[in-house]
Amino acid sequence: MSTVSLEAALLLAGVLFMLGLVGVLIRRNIIFMLISVEIMLNAAGLAFIVAGTRWVQPDGQVMFIFILTMAAAEVSVGLALILQIYHQLKTLNSDAANIMKG
Amino acid sequence: MELTFYIAAAVAVLSTVMVITRYNMIHALLYLVVSFLAVAVVFFTLGAPFMAALEVIIYAGAIVVLIIFVIMMLNMRQEDVQREKAWLQPSTWVGPAVLSAVLLAELVYIVVAADVATGGAVVAVDARLVGLALFGPYIIGVQLSGLLLTAGIVGAYHLGRQKKKVIHRFLQERSAAA
Repeated sequence: MSTVSLEAALLLAGVLFMLGLVGVLIRRNIIFMLISVEIMLNAAGLAFIVAGTRWVQPDGQVMFIFILTMAAAEVSVGLALILQIYHQLKTLNSDAANIMKG
Repeated sequence: MELTFYIAAAVAVLSTVMVITRYNMIHALLYLVVSFLAVAVVFFTLGAPFMAALEVIIYAGAIVVLIIFVIMMLNMRQEDVQREKAWLQPSTWVGPAVLSAVLLAELVYIVVAADVATGGAVVAVDARLVGLALFGPYIIGVQLSGLLLTAGIVGAYHLGRQKKKVIHRFLQERSAAA
């Protein structure tokens, strides 16, 4: 059992998640939006780890491993999409991609 | 251990704020690595050292390097010598370096000042229990993760493919000969 209080750790996870959400909302560069989504996923994993530590169960860490796997798959597909958008539109501004033409 | 947690949490929040406010992607990625390292220290203080190692290896290692590769592939028409010189100003790397130095001081403190019996780590749930849960009740989740990663590889290859300019080299030779 660790000595760190549950509230402080959950507060850190919430602050990091809100920072990621603000990053998604205020940035128009697609790569920055992807990075902010990564920050949000990381904060969610932090919350799982905190809960797993609180109840001394391995389930939280198992969930973190699943989130890690999902983040890796998501970032690879997202970066491939960013490459295609940059080749098609010659910009990384997400407002330019408001028409989904196949 | 508690003070270590608070310092690492402050470093994490500060570097994440710097990530979402940078104009330059590489500067943001430097702060992003620091943020992931700080979260890894938080995992360590919470008693999950195996997850801290995974955080450093996969998030700060693999994912950030992947993003850097893509930024290099995008070839953003900004790479002139002047800008390169401006990037090497101390104002670029002093911020991440100071925050990383705080984390390094914490690591040294944990290794040196902790008692020898537990090896320095407060292990709430060790990696053995995680592995037993992962390949026991969660085995279907592991298999689904494998499917997800396969779908990610195939999807990334399909989406990232460039449009072919030539049909086939035999057909090209025949059309050149004809």
